[in-house]
Amino acid sequence: MTTTLTESRRPQKTTHGERQGKSRPARRRNWAGGLAGWLWLVVVAVPLYWALITSLKVQSRYYASNPLVPSGDPTLDNYRLVIESDFLRYFVNSVVVTAGAVIPAVVFSFMAAYAIVRGWRMRALRAMNGLFLMGLAIPLQATVIPVYLIIIKLHLYDSLLALILPSIAFAIPLSVLVLTNFIRDVPKELFDSMRVDGATEWTTLWRLAAPLTRPAILTVTIFNALTIWNGFLLPLVLTQSPERRTLPLALWTFQGQYGVNVPAVLAAVVLTTLPVLVLYAFGRRQLLSGLTAGFSR
Amino acid sequence: MSALTGHPPRREPRSILPWLATPALVVFVGFAVIPLVGVFALSFTTWDGIGAIHPSGLTSWRAVLTNPGLPHALWVTFLVMVVSWAVQTPLSILLGTFLAGRQRYRAVLGVVYFVPLMLSSAAIAIAYKALLDPNFGLGAGLRIHALSQDWLGRPGLAFGVVVFVVSWQFIPFHSLIYQGGVQQIPKSLYEAAQLDGAGRIRQFFSITLPQLKYTVITSSTLMVVGSLTFFDLIFVLTEGGPGDATRVLALDMYKRGFQANLMGPASAIAVILVLVGLALALLLRRLGGRDAGASQLEGV
Repeated sequence: MTTTLTESRRPQKTTHGERQGKSRPARRRNWAGGLAGWLWLVVVAVPLYWALITSLKVQSRYYASNPLVPSGDPTLDNYRLVIESDFLRYFVNSVVVTAGAVIPAVVFSFMAAYAIVRGWRMRALRAMNGLFLMGLAIPLQATVIPVYLIIIKLHLYDSLLALILPSIAFAIPLSVLVLTNFIRDVPKELFDSMRVDGATEWTTLWRLAAPLTRPAILTVTIFNALTIWNGFLLPLVLTQSPERRTLPLALWTFQGQYGVNVPAVLAAVVLTTLPVLVLYAFGRRQLLSGLTAGFSR
Repeated sequence: MSALTGHPPRREPRSILPWLATPALVVFVGFAVIPLVGVFALSFTTWDGIGAIHPSGLTSWRAVLTNPGLPHALWVTFLVMVVSWAVQTPLSILLGTFLAGRQRYRAVLGVVYFVPLMLSSAAIAIAYKALLDPNFGLGAGLRIHALSQDWLGRPGLAFGVVVFVVSWQFIPFHSLIYQGGVQQIPKSLYEAAQLDGAGRIRQFFSITLPQLKYTVITSSTLMVVGSLTFFDLIFVLTEGGPGDATRVLALDMYKRGFQANLMGPASAIAVILVLVGLALALLLRRLGGRDAGASQLEGV
């Protein structure tokens, strides 16, 4: 896990020299990579920059001005328009759905991953692991019609719980996979000594495995939160009334309503994106290092 | 459930381990496995999404399989998958190798690279729709004729835009995977190569690429299976149009099911989607050449 940090701001004496050796570019220039790197920066940054500055333009100015030059007199009117159109409600809905799904998804996945690693001798647990892995190979969106039927039968249609339950299920395969990978790394002796001390599995789970795999738990949490926060299909299919909209769906309907007012639409895009970007600013290192470690095994 | 409790583990009497796994299993079975079986069952019924469900034998399948829309949707899905894979993989490998370097400016670039990963497909699609507008978008505003095409109004161009936007969104993720892969390559390999006088390009092709084999499999599996789920982006960006130029299977399923209220045929398409996903995953796993005893998709 520690070798995957992209930045070397943190002093890591032991791996530092090693990484210097690994990353040969330290000595000679990597022209191909460098060129691709800067070009890609332009490709990524220009649309983001354009969306941001356009969202600050008056609508009439939008048609006339150079699209890449920021407005001389930026306005927040577009943002006001978006916020007045129930943005807060959608935001709260998104928070409720995301938190309501991510917390159980991660806790359940962690318990399952622990059971799978510790109980690998039990055929049933191995079979279950296989079942979860199957979920990785199957586009779970394909199950949305029966999910819709089940939600109707449970009388949950058009509720936030309707979004939460399938979101948990969809998050489980990847979470279990990443977490089992990390729990396997916990030295067996630690488990054994816990047992000698008379600890139950339940205690071992929370006192030993959880703290030791905290980076993985955090990574899985952030990753699932992102996926669910940005989810579009489930809200589209499982809810109906405007009061139940989550941000991505609200964004889409807003675009339908205000399509001509491009700066306002882009202000909505920026606003729905802002909370995630703020979190990214704080959790960046954890997310990136965790993802590299989680996926590159 | 009985399968879990019916096999008492030998050395751990009354182990609570199966119980720990139960909550995840219950939710997963309830909202993934049962729906998976259910979608097969529903493909042999007629249902408008609201009223009663009637068994109807092979009617839905016949409707889907004789509809010329299906081969087209399959073709578009395949094309999106292959072209976006071919665009994303080399770029992701290059960027991943680049990011694995230690210099600070690379880390700073990396911070910006991953922003698209944070955005919802809906937000990305909406922004690109405005950006590519032939009359008021970026190209028109800058008066660059080549950029002010009717990007989403012409079939070939719209397809290209879909591939571009998909790559824009997902290359960061895959370059991250490759970055991790590159960082795990033993440095001794490069030292040896350097002693043998191998240059950077030689090192890249003789060491980095072969060592990334499993990473390529991992990333490709995620890319290929993931491309079957491109729904929201295409739905918001083109709605499958112009005409049906970008109507991929997932979109076809949604439109038939939730817009045309033909849940039976839509379920049949979902079944095809599941089968394609499974076939691809198995194929890629075979390509990976890892032993079957290890967990599936071990490379992930």
